[in-house]
Amino acid sequence: MPAISVHNLSKEYVIGGRSKPQETFREMLAEAIMSPYRRYRHLTGDVSKEERFFALQGVSFEVNPGEVVGIIGENGAGKSTLLKILSGITEPTAGRIEITGRTSSLLEVGTGFHSELTGRENIFLNGALLGMRKEEIRKKFDEIVAFSEVEKFIDTPVKHYSSGMYVRLAFAVAAHLEPEILIVDEVLAVGDARFQKKCLGRMDEIGKEGRTVLLVSHNMQVIQSLCRRAILLNDGKIEFDGGVVSAVTEYSRSFSEIVVERSWSETEESPGNESVRLQGVRVVPEIGWEGELLTVKMPFRMEFTYRLLISGTFFFVGVYFRSINGEIIFRSASAPLEEAPQGIYRSTCHVPGDLLNNGKYTVDLYFVRDGSTVLYKAENSLVFEVHDAEREPGSFLGELPGAVRPKLQWEMESVL
Amino acid sequence: MRIAGFSRTMDTSMKNAPSHGALSPTSRTSGALSVPTKVIEPSHGWRMLDVKELWAYRELLSVLVRRDIKVRYKQSVLGVAWVILRPLASMAIFTLIFGMFARIPSDGYPYALFVFAGLLPWTYFSTAVLSSGGSLVASAGLVSKVYFPRLIIPVASVAGGLLDLLISMVFLLLAIPLFGGGWTANLLAVPVLVLGVVVTALGVGTLISALTVAYRDFGSVAGYALQIWMYATPVIYPVSLVPEKWQWVLKINPMAAQVEGFRSAFLGKPFDIEAIAVSLGISLALFVIGVAYFEKVERRFADII
Repeated sequence: MPAISVHNLSKEYVIGGRSKPQETFREMLAEAIMSPYRRYRHLTGDVSKEERFFALQGVSFEVNPGEVVGIIGENGAGKSTLLKILSGITEPTAGRIEITGRTSSLLEVGTGFHSELTGRENIFLNGALLGMRKEEIRKKFDEIVAFSEVEKFIDTPVKHYSSGMYVRLAFAVAAHLEPEILIVDEVLAVGDARFQKKCLGRMDEIGKEGRTVLLVSHNMQVIQSLCRRAILLNDGKIEFDGGVVSAVTEYSRSFSEIVVERSWSETEESPGNESVRLQGVRVVPEIGWEGELLTVKMPFRMEFTYRLLISGTFFFVGVYFRSINGEIIFRSASAPLEEAPQGIYRSTCHVPGDLLNNGKYTVDLYFVRDGSTVLYKAENSLVFEVHDAEREPGSFLGELPGAVRPKLQWEMESVL
Repeated sequence: MRIAGFSRTMDTSMKNAPSHGALSPTSRTSGALSVPTKVIEPSHGWRMLDVKELWAYRELLSVLVRRDIKVRYKQSVLGVAWVILRPLASMAIFTLIFGMFARIPSDGYPYALFVFAGLLPWTYFSTAVLSSGGSLVASAGLVSKVYFPRLIIPVASVAGGLLDLLISMVFLLLAIPLFGGGWTANLLAVPVLVLGVVVTALGVGTLISALTVAYRDFGSVAGYALQIWMYATPVIYPVSLVPEKWQWVLKINPMAAQVEGFRSAFLGKPFDIEAIAVSLGISLALFVIGVAYFEKVERRFADII
């Protein structure tokens, strides 16, 4: 009997409910009168076809006990929706799922953590939310604390924790769940490198213990090291289901669509939300001419134009620079603006030449307010390739390993 | 969402879980025979409250209640003293304005005592309704990230205020002799009256919490509605002050008989048994309506919150 059997699953969402910005008093008045009616229609699902979309459509698959299956796909492909339905958080619109075995899902580390409570209190709170019994938590308490490496601060409110300590504690609780079926959403991408490794080790153990695991990640290395099978979702449908290597290859291929420049007009549905909305993104070489092939030697800049729909303090923009298989090469952020009123902004990030290796890169863009509140995250806002440059005569001509290829200063002298 | 036999899943797995370390593959397989299959399908229309599942999550309820209480008093200098200070301050103001300036009668009891006995259930009720009404929206992070019966959230808010009520009731008991009164056997009715108020608060609170998820406006409406409701309840005035043609308002308002009931219990006034019985019936009806509506719309919370 399969551990998870998903049959013809669909989930339909109603979009809209949001209206265009009003510019005149008359429009505002009309909006004020119409909005309750629109909200009502939105909630009852009484809307036209254009206002609906399928996050999942006719998805079927089975997972056998003990299998570790990766779920991959671009943002908006339906991965999170699938996990939410499997976890019981939201209901499918159609289809049927059968799950046999005690299930835990981990869609976020530290769900329910309260900053005023101590580490100890939060362990019990978070454990209870993840479905652990008090007895069970008490038994594993010392193990959890040891895993988290925050022994000394266990009776300190977590608001005094560093973000690293916070994440370690949160993951430690999750790592001690003992379900038969574990559903995990991109929670491994947290903490410092050493702790990430520890978490991956723990995930690997869980898989080897014969538990069934469903894992969503954008990091293809993680997927490849933990899973033997992967399901590739695209636009809410299964595009590929099979061996992990083939799935990852398929995924990278679907990604090959290069985005070096993109802009949206005011009326278009551009990436964003009620706080911030993108207007344009582009990559431009700093030397040479626009549109010239970008090489490893060339400095370039990334420009992001967006409309800030709310005013904010300590507002900044950051990027995660990733290789095509999802590994983060670096993270960088602008200096925060102490006061950022509503309006249109452009943020430019200058990347020096002789830093990156050749290859394809993707850039996740995020907007932060109050120094830590993420307003919006645009994944893969840019996808571009850095080409190899002509090399010095006499140098190595083969493929150079590594995520970066910095030009470093060397000295060579004879000392004897 | 229909999740068949979820609580049984949890129980069997408890039995199978070894005292420490990992589940061995063998125990997992043998356990699997007894583990029922959970089915997830779209649901339609009204549905029954899954009491068994709620019971399986009772530990979560107690953890959430304790969290609310701890958080409330952490970082406040006076801490638990606030429990007494708040109704005491209201009592002082009401005694000054309504008792001394407006000379509102108080059925022959000292006005301070009279109004304090009425304020206890009312303060509990309005705090419970307001906090549970906004509780789902405040817990949006939980609702969209983890599954548990959503009803636990507003129920935890209503339960969280009981400690405050208990402390102020003890305070009132101690205050009665100071005003020259005594304790009577009427006090035995207090548990029933508290239950009545809790049930009313649960009904109204769950209803508002579910409505607020879809229409945030209900959050502000609830605040005003409760202010009006207080004036329609004999908190600061006695029932005898209400003209005959308005008495029906007190009859359909379950809080009226229950607040009066508290007074009878603490001050030793005879009970209006009939009014209390009717009010308990209305409270129960409110509870059923609130919970039924909540259960009906619960399934879309995660999508619209």
